[in-house]
Amino acid sequence: MDFSNESRVLHRCSAHIGNLLLRSLWHLVHFIISICNFTLDIANVLESYLISSGLLGRYKSLHIAKLRYLAIVIESEGAYQTLKIIELLQWLEAVGVKHVCLYDNEGILKKSKDFILENLDGAILFQVLSYWQPSIYAMLDAHENNVLLDQQHMTLEFVSFSDGKEAVAKAANVLFMKYSKSGVTDQNQKEKIFTESQMTEALKTVGSGGPEPDLLLVYGPARCHLGFPAWRIKYTEIVHMGLLKSMNYGSLIKAIYKFTMVRQNYGK
Amino acid sequence: MDIWVLPEANLLRKCIFCILSVGPIPNHIAFIMDGNRRFTKKCKLMKGAGHKVGFSALMSILKYCYEFGVRYVTVYVFSIENFKRSPEESIVNRYGVRVIFSGNLKLLSEPVRLAAERAMLATDKNSKAVLSICVAYTSTNEIMHAVQESCEEKWDEITILNSSGAGYGLISLGGYEQDEMDHLIKLNDIEKHMYMAASPDPDIIIRTSSETRLSNFLLWQSANCYLYSPSVLWPEIGFRQFLWAILNFQRIHFYLDKQRQQS
Repeated sequence: MDFSNESRVLHRCSAHIGNLLLRSLWHLVHFIISICNFTLDIANVLESYLISSGLLGRYKSLHIAKLRYLAIVIESEGAYQTLKIIELLQWLEAVGVKHVCLYDNEGILKKSKDFILENLDGAILFQVLSYWQPSIYAMLDAHENNVLLDQQHMTLEFVSFSDGKEAVAKAANVLFMKYSKSGVTDQNQKEKIFTESQMTEALKTVGSGGPEPDLLLVYGPARCHLGFPAWRIKYTEIVHMGLLKSMNYGSLIKAIYKFTMVRQNYGK
Repeated sequence: MDIWVLPEANLLRKCIFCILSVGPIPNHIAFIMDGNRRFTKKCKLMKGAGHKVGFSALMSILKYCYEFGVRYVTVYVFSIENFKRSPEESIVNRYGVRVIFSGNLKLLSEPVRLAAERAMLATDKNSKAVLSICVAYTSTNEIMHAVQESCEEKWDEITILNSSGAGYGLISLGGYEQDEMDHLIKLNDIEKHMYMAASPDPDIIIRTSSETRLSNFLLWQSANCYLYSPSVLWPEIGFRQFLWAILNFQRIHFYLDKQRQQS
């Protein structure tokens, strides 16, 4: 009896030790990964410094006209750093980006939009230009670079989670109204109502119909779009920029430069 | 050829998985298999060879996923070339994988659709893991289809209520307040009609060939998903990239989980 008790205790002890060993190895592996990432971060910071100081010649001229609509996703903690966001927008303005969409999951940026607009010279709220929206879509669709360059002011759009899935639900109700009024028995009518272009129109009707961004920059701990309206990011390039608090001008230039080079080679 | 597939590497791989399973294991990983054609060009192979190599790369990746304990795997089939052969029976049987074809299957040609239906029926009883093959699939089509199904279902509901005499004239929607009419279709109604409704949201989406777009794949489901774009072409993907994806996922899992719970 004692012997079997002892062997049970021994078995439990060795299981514990084995567990501890595995956990230590796991932590060791992740520690090594952190060191690797830290080294990469230092290299990135050095490169960003070189880009900012203009020492790397190829980043000096950006084909900024290729970037028609830029989206920036900011994780919730970063969304409270309004001054950092204003600084980022000022950099974008300096580089020549004309249309920016700011997104955060909880809508914190929407609450600070007045403060941001006040502190950014000449920026206009995208929604206010509702009667100009068709012309903005036309500009974005027509690839007319001349028209874009003439644009005096930067337009800012503020988007949150409610413009994503919830907006699709609202748009579904709009389509349901159309369906109930006309298309129920007629198959042709049904096919005309439930199309992607009708959905796009319905989303515009409920106030969540912004254009599709070409490039989406994520300021957060991970490369993740955090719920940016799904309908708008079909072919959007998604780039991770790190945390907002460690943002720098060089990385921003590098991301935009890479985007313009990609667009040149492959198209959509 | 991936050296990790060799028998000698099996033990090392199992040890690595043992260590990694101390941390969180992703429940669902999705793959965009990009780069088969570029691989063919790069290695100057005959047409279609890239897809063959890509197919065996897929089998290796599936093995790693199911061995590690990932329950749901989804693959995006850009062109039907990627999937001329069905998943090897050994993998499906060994890991108890249920195969599901997601997408607008009506767009497939008759023989392909029948083959897909046969594969789904043959693996219907398997319950240990799931392989979703997205074919004739785009996210926008998936959302549109889900909206259409929700509308038709809601209409049928109202018709039934009305015909049973409990409608109060709902058939003309006169019985609803404006506010109620704006909320007849709810988010849950749409989500249950998605092609991918049988799988949970993905934890990781891996797209090879350094492409940073999602190209209309799982846009709705990827709100809190880690997006990983290794530079290798799909036929070149191997254990190293899989390992890197898992390690990075484990580093940010706590943050993504928190985001998911807030939504």
